Amino acid sequence: MSDYMEKLDHVINADDPSYGDTQIQNYTINFGPQHPAAHGVLRLVMELDGEIVERCDPHVGLLHRGTEKLIEYKTYLQALPYFDRLDYCSPLGMEHSYVLAVEKLLNLEVPLRAQYLRVFFAELTRICNHMLNLGSHVMDVGAMTPNLWLFEIREDCLNFFERASGARMHAAYFRPGGVHQDVPLKLLTDIADWLDTRLPRLFEDAMSLVVDNRIFKQRNVDIAVCSKEDALKWGFSGPMLRGSGIPWDIRKAQPYDVYDRMEFDVPVGTNFDCYDRFMVRVEEVRQSARIMKQCLNEMPEGPVASFDRKVVPPKRGEMKRSMEALIHHFKLYTEGFHVPAGEVYVATESPKGEFGVYLVSDGSNKPYRCKIRPTAFSHLQAMDFMMKGHMLADTTAVLGAMDIVFGECDR
Amino acid sequence: MGHSAPKIATIDGIAEEIGALLGSMLVETVDHADELSITVVREELANAMVALRDMAQYQQLMEIAGVDYPDRAERFEVCYHLLSVTRNHRVRVKVTTDEDKPVPTVTHLWPVAGWLEREVFDMYGVVFDGNTDLRRILTDYGFKGHPQRKDFPLTGYVEMWYSEEDKRVVYKPVKLAQDFRSFDFMSPWEGAQYVLPGDEKAPQAPGAPTPAAAPPPPPAAPKGEPKGDTPKVTEKPGDTGAGEPADSKAAEKSPDAPVKPEHHTDEGKGAAKPEDKA
Repeated sequence: MSDYMEKLDHVINADDPSYGDTQIQNYTINFGPQHPAAHGVLRLVMELDGEIVERCDPHVGLLHRGTEKLIEYKTYLQALPYFDRLDYCSPLGMEHSYVLAVEKLLNLEVPLRAQYLRVFFAELTRICNHMLNLGSHVMDVGAMTPNLWLFEIREDCLNFFERASGARMHAAYFRPGGVHQDVPLKLLTDIADWLDTRLPRLFEDAMSLVVDNRIFKQRNVDIAVCSKEDALKWGFSGPMLRGSGIPWDIRKAQPYDVYDRMEFDVPVGTNFDCYDRFMVRVEEVRQSARIMKQCLNEMPEGPVASFDRKVVPPKRGEMKRSMEALIHHFKLYTEGFHVPAGEVYVATESPKGEFGVYLVSDGSNKPYRCKIRPTAFSHLQAMDFMMKGHMLADTTAVLGAMDIVFGECDR
Repeated sequence: MGHSAPKIATIDGIAEEIGALLGSMLVETVDHADELSITVVREELANAMVALRDMAQYQQLMEIAGVDYPDRAERFEVCYHLLSVTRNHRVRVKVTTDEDKPVPTVTHLWPVAGWLEREVFDMYGVVFDGNTDLRRILTDYGFKGHPQRKDFPLTGYVEMWYSEEDKRVVYKPVKLAQDFRSFDFMSPWEGAQYVLPGDEKAPQAPGAPTPAAAPPPPPAAPKGEPKGDTPKVTEKPGDTGAGEPADSKAAEKSPDAPVKPEHHTDEGKGAAKPEDKA
């Protein structure tokens, strides 16, 4: 020991370390692109000082499929299913922005029942999305059971989507002018039962395990605190923005479809940390169920798509009997409809935040430009600033609270 | 009632307010579909953004979108979508640029612009002056070209796969197994820009194809007959154009013709005949 102290005594100049001096270097690690907690293909290059993250550089684009370019080569109707495949955890939320953008350019009126159905299924999508996110968030910080219970609910949601549209995930259910087809009454009554019994029971059970759990709180409270000013500067939206204490919800502020008839509360965070973001989503699930019940109570009978035959194709049964319908059917499924020239930016409150579609039309049957505003892109960029000074193990908590899906981030 | 897209608050006189705020920085204001878009001078973009953020309360930059118009002198449009959470309003700020002229960065105003500008750079090749981290973001490491430009083909230039021989991922020029199919369903009556199949010889006017030439006029009437004086009638069989009646002998049967069986003609299928069974 005395030898060692003697050696250290010789070091007097930090710029010129000599024998016996210990040089400490930051350590750069690579997280992903294949990592179970990365929620997809995220590559993080992190510079660590011990276990403290000094710098965090996310590399995205590993799931870039050129959706925006492909859409420019498709008609407006053919472009719709691409939106399911962006954020594959909340497909109808994506479709909602797109169909509203097309309708805004066409100035097309949508029947009331269709608007109710859209809001109804958009909220079911929100529940479905939050089940995945909340579950994987708790799993990322070490709990196993709640995820399995929440997946049970998600499975129910997917079954409902299948009964409404024929597809579990990629529904392609919302169409410009309305929805694709009406839902059977049995489906609505089944969902009503589910909202009254199964959803609250399973969900509250799972949450009772998590929200007051000591370990869960230790992993999330005071992690990645983001002030109101920072949240605005970094372009946050949705639960991330509300978790930072800003009561901003596009469903309330700029209501679309029948959200202006719905009564619901917008939860906001008070400590601006990961735990708040988690709890905002938990409350949103309850509010979504509330909106869905209102939809079921108020939903009128009537058509589910506009009768504008220059936009909405006739149903197949009609097409078999009427020559006029046959012509419309043929023209709409080959040439498609033409959209007047112009540009709109339509943003809706998708489960993950503001999902926007900037649509430029040149008056033809294909979009001239369709820019998709993903939510995850802005959130993920803030990773560097939110991770600074946190432990390596907090990365998964921060990522989980951001709710990132790479189909949407990379497009 | 109209569409049911998000209802954005209408603020009276917002266009005038922004116009007064920006002064000479403003180039054009367009109010279309309840959405306000303003074009500003490219060099003054950062100053205009400061004014919009600090004086007009547009706190959030939600999106930067590039658009390519190859016919224009400055082919790229960069559209900034601003949101005011206090006034509940959105505005679109545009600048135009081309491949060489840099756009001033706004990363010092909104850090979120960092990646958004990187994306526009990656997709269109627009350069942002002052952005210190202008790397590609969505495309592959080592990608060449700017895929969202209108002259970039949908299929791209290279394709990659894992080569079993080389034991690594290889990049090769794109080889399409079938021709790239671009269906054009535009109606030929509404200005389709192509030759109709089978109509290649028709002289093509720009814009719409010329319709097929009119049929030639009917052959002239035989000479000597006065034209136009006598009304056309079909009183005799000869006037119908049916020609002379055929020779009556032609209707007779030739002796070699096979004699048709008489009593089977009104029976059903030949195989089920009782005579055949016997």
